[in-house]
Amino acid sequence: MISQALLAVTDKGELKDGLSAVGYGLAAIGPGIGIGTLVGQSVQAMARQPEMAGQVRTTMFLGIAFAEALALIGFVVKFI
Amino acid sequence: MTIAALFPHGISELFQWKGLIANDTIFEINKTVIMAMVSTVICMYIFFVGSRKKALVPTGIQNFAEFGYETIEQQIAVPVIGDHPHGYGKSWAPFLTGTFFFIFFMNIWSTAPFIQFPATARIAIPMLLSLITWVIFIAVGFKHQGPLYIFKACLPPGVPKPLYVLVFPIELVSKFLVRPFSLTVRLFANMVAGHVLIAVFALMSDQLLTSANNAKHVWYQSIIAPLPFLMLIFMTVFELLVAVLQAYIFTTLTAVFIGESASEEH
Repeated sequence: MISQALLAVTDKGELKDGLSAVGYGLAAIGPGIGIGTLVGQSVQAMARQPEMAGQVRTTMFLGIAFAEALALIGFVVKFI
Repeated sequence: MTIAALFPHGISELFQWKGLIANDTIFEINKTVIMAMVSTVICMYIFFVGSRKKALVPTGIQNFAEFGYETIEQQIAVPVIGDHPHGYGKSWAPFLTGTFFFIFFMNIWSTAPFIQFPATARIAIPMLLSLITWVIFIAVGFKHQGPLYIFKACLPPGVPKPLYVLVFPIELVSKFLVRPFSLTVRLFANMVAGHVLIAVFALMSDQLLTSANNAKHVWYQSIIAPLPFLMLIFMTVFELLVAVLQAYIFTTLTAVFIGESASEEH
């Protein structure tokens, strides 16, 4: 019923644009938390063991890349 | 006036360029193609000229080429693929170096003055690059793990036998379908997002600065006008970082996939 009401007041394209923005917002929550945890833990690891910093940094970037991909898929879905 | 109103045909106006030669055919030459070609030529020039003289004390381009090659070899190829006999970390360094610098030079156009468009923001280029990676890591797997590579890769040891019914399709999809897809989308979407952000802040500052003579001009526009411009400078610097980082991540992931296919104890 709500969707019918929305369709009555807005253009269909506009609704789709708005929904894709909401979708991206939802898709960004999880990776945001994930990257935050990941970088925080990595910084802790680097501070505790500075001699391992290089390896931790490489693994951190890999983890960021994997977590970030989820948010980016949410971003790309708009164009598909 | 909203930003969206400046693009009556949608956001694709920022990314689609008119073909200069052979328009609307598969041989079309447009801005993206020219940028990819120029990037290729730059890469070839750097590594051809850099490796020609072989001076003991490198200078100029040779210095850059050797530094780049050594960095990729010591930071990505050897630690990730491994230096053990079946790892061949060092033998993959040339390919990884080529991948890194090709992607880097295509990304860096996003901050180059008057060009301001990353060639990797058209999905064809990241897609082709990740397909190359895909073919290579499957070929390496077949070479090092025999003709049953697909089964070996999809049936990890240590899983209870009945669970293989579940694990096999999941691993098959995640290893051979999701990997090239996410590799493509990661590079593509990062460059698209960066380009859109730069365009949005540029348009914002343009609208705020140039609307001073407009009838609808309000007094606080002149005060907040520098803010998007500062953000634009910040985003441009950030794009420089993203260009390097995405090239690095793409190369590292390629190395991870190759290393996983090449290792036996999997």
